Amino acid sequence: MLSIKNLHASVDDKEILKGLSLEVKAGEVHAIMGPNGSGKSTLGNVLAGREAYEVTEGEILLDGKDLLELSPENRAREGVFLAFQYPVEIPGVSNINFLKTALNEIRAYKGLPPLEAREFLNRVKEKQKLVEFDAKLANRSLNEGFSGGEKKRNEIFQLAMLEPKLGILDETDSGLDIDALRIVARGVNQLRSQENAFIVITHYQRLLEYIVPDFVHVLYKGRIVRSGTKELALELEEKGYDWIKETVDAEKAV
Amino acid sequence: MSTKDDELLKELALEEYKYGFTTDIEMDIAPKGLNEDTVRLISAKKNEPEWLLEWRLKALRHFLQMDMPTWQNFEHPDVDFQDISYYAAPKAKPQLDSMDEVDPELVSTFEKLGIPLNEQKVLAGVVAVDAVFDSVSVKTTFREKLKEQGVIFCSFGEAVQEHPELVKQYLGSVVPQTDNIYAALNSAVFSDGSFVYIPKGVHCPMELSTYFRINAENTGQFERTLIIADEGAYVSYLEGCTAPMRDENQLHAAVVELIALKDGEIKYSTVQNWYPGDKDGKGGIYNFVTKRGICKGDNSKISWTQVETGSAITWKYPGVILKGDHSVGEFYSVALTRNKQVADTGTKMIHLGKNTRSKIVSKGISAGVSQNSYRGLVKIGPGAENSRNFTQCDSLLIGDRCGAHTFPYIENRNKTAKLEHEATTSKIGEDQLFYLTQRGIDPEKAVGLIVNGYAKEVLNQLPMEFAVEAQKLLAISLEGSVG
Repeated sequence: MLSIKNLHASVDDKEILKGLSLEVKAGEVHAIMGPNGSGKSTLGNVLAGREAYEVTEGEILLDGKDLLELSPENRAREGVFLAFQYPVEIPGVSNINFLKTALNEIRAYKGLPPLEAREFLNRVKEKQKLVEFDAKLANRSLNEGFSGGEKKRNEIFQLAMLEPKLGILDETDSGLDIDALRIVARGVNQLRSQENAFIVITHYQRLLEYIVPDFVHVLYKGRIVRSGTKELALELEEKGYDWIKETVDAEKAV
Repeated sequence: MSTKDDELLKELALEEYKYGFTTDIEMDIAPKGLNEDTVRLISAKKNEPEWLLEWRLKALRHFLQMDMPTWQNFEHPDVDFQDISYYAAPKAKPQLDSMDEVDPELVSTFEKLGIPLNEQKVLAGVVAVDAVFDSVSVKTTFREKLKEQGVIFCSFGEAVQEHPELVKQYLGSVVPQTDNIYAALNSAVFSDGSFVYIPKGVHCPMELSTYFRINAENTGQFERTLIIADEGAYVSYLEGCTAPMRDENQLHAAVVELIALKDGEIKYSTVQNWYPGDKDGKGGIYNFVTKRGICKGDNSKISWTQVETGSAITWKYPGVILKGDHSVGEFYSVALTRNKQVADTGTKMIHLGKNTRSKIVSKGISAGVSQNSYRGLVKIGPGAENSRNFTQCDSLLIGDRCGAHTFPYIENRNKTAKLEHEATTSKIGEDQLFYLTQRGIDPEKAVGLIVNGYAKEVLNQLPMEFAVEAQKLLAISLEGSVG
């Protein structure tokens, strides 16, 4: 589904990603781990097409389509969803109205008519239940006055509503207590299917106990330096990132 | 904004003004120029009584002696008052009683603007409309139905003929002829406008509205609106306005006076969408308007809501004189400027009575190279014991070439008064835009959503039917302004 080859990307002329390659197939969950500053969040932003991130080399294909050619909104319409690490507040814009607009824009892109009001509301109800999102929050202004946990849950609720092909969770676990983490993880697990795929970006192994990945990749200095299964995450947890740093830097020195 | 946004900002074409068409109809137009003869001609055309002619002539003499103000936050354009025609009316004299006798060309003009003049075509009893085309009112709907309750809703000209005592009593009582130079000009040459009287204890059964349309070239529109809510009466009134796209600037200098007696309440809403000029600032309406209400009796209330998106220059301060004890004045405003538009707008709240309260919520939105100023006066008189004011004044900037300015004035002569002022300035953030586009929303639509959210508190004040219109208008007005 997603094919990233030799990706180089810079922010403010500083190269952050230095030749990253990754293959993600439908139905898979890939975890991206790594120390601070390794380029984890950059990867999410580059995939979503954020402006400040300049791709200098490499390619990203989503089901054969060149993502780098597409604007952020068209990437979203093609099925790329980024659950933000820090979701912004947009005062006065109701959560529901926002979702309706988003959903119908995506549908229009695919040549589908707007959802009828009742269908839409049914979907809202169904997905609210699925990801355990408080109905009251759905009717409030977008993220305005939400707690950190509520914001993260809203991201998962949106993900449920928009049904993307590729969901990228950018440190969704940060700032969550264990209960909120469980709810978020349960929501994501409910949404996993053979048609979609997830990239779970996280600093800690903790989240991966709840969202069990098929593959774990370790990002360091802008490249994937280790790939494995969920056992790699456990090893990492045990030995710490210094272990990766030392071994990789040592390999390089050779 | 980043460089790509800047590029988009330049690239995107200007959304064409939707109401820029002209109506081809035979007109009766007064020769250009302003002098006593002009005033006499207008007065004669309208078959006015002698006292009104004298009143107009007095205003003209004031006008000729007054100077242009210099305090405003824009360069006052050169207006050649001798190069304007002060009266323009469709030639076939419209009959006001039957739809069949209104010129079909006019009916279709207003239909194109979304203003049905045919009562049967309106959903039962939603809104009564007075349609003003250049200098005259062409049709007032639902008059009979309103009459049943004693509500008078007619053109100003008819009010002069049919209710001279009311006109004489209140005309110029809130906005004196000498208030400012454009008020003096209007008093001399005003043509038509709307007149509303709600009798004691009557809650007006429907929304009243006036739709102003400038059509003729080289003319100005100088309408006069007078609304009186008698004791315990209530009325909600809305005005809308559009004009054709023309390369020359046109002057719109209206005067609106509101009078609320004891326990009376007037809610006045404006959705102003005069032609704003093209993207280089060519053409457009100069919207120089004086609007003021007086809460004359105790416990009365006047509320202004305005959504200003049009005009080359918008210059007005709808205010309230809070004379009655416990009276309430409110001002809710959204002013959106883009391209080379200018807005210098705000309000005046004059507290005279005891326990009077006023609330001001102003939301400025600037895009392009426009300049958007809030200017507001809160004045507390010595007798205004325990009066209160709350002012909230927000500015939203789109791009980095526009300006937002705030000029709050406070004059307080009573120690028991409580005044609060809050102000914020913000930019539409790249992070907000990215958040919405990442969910598949088109960038322009995203800005429309953000702006409507920002203006929500004010839009919520509009009557339901118009709130939807105003939301669309804000979104459309921003098309092509943003990346």
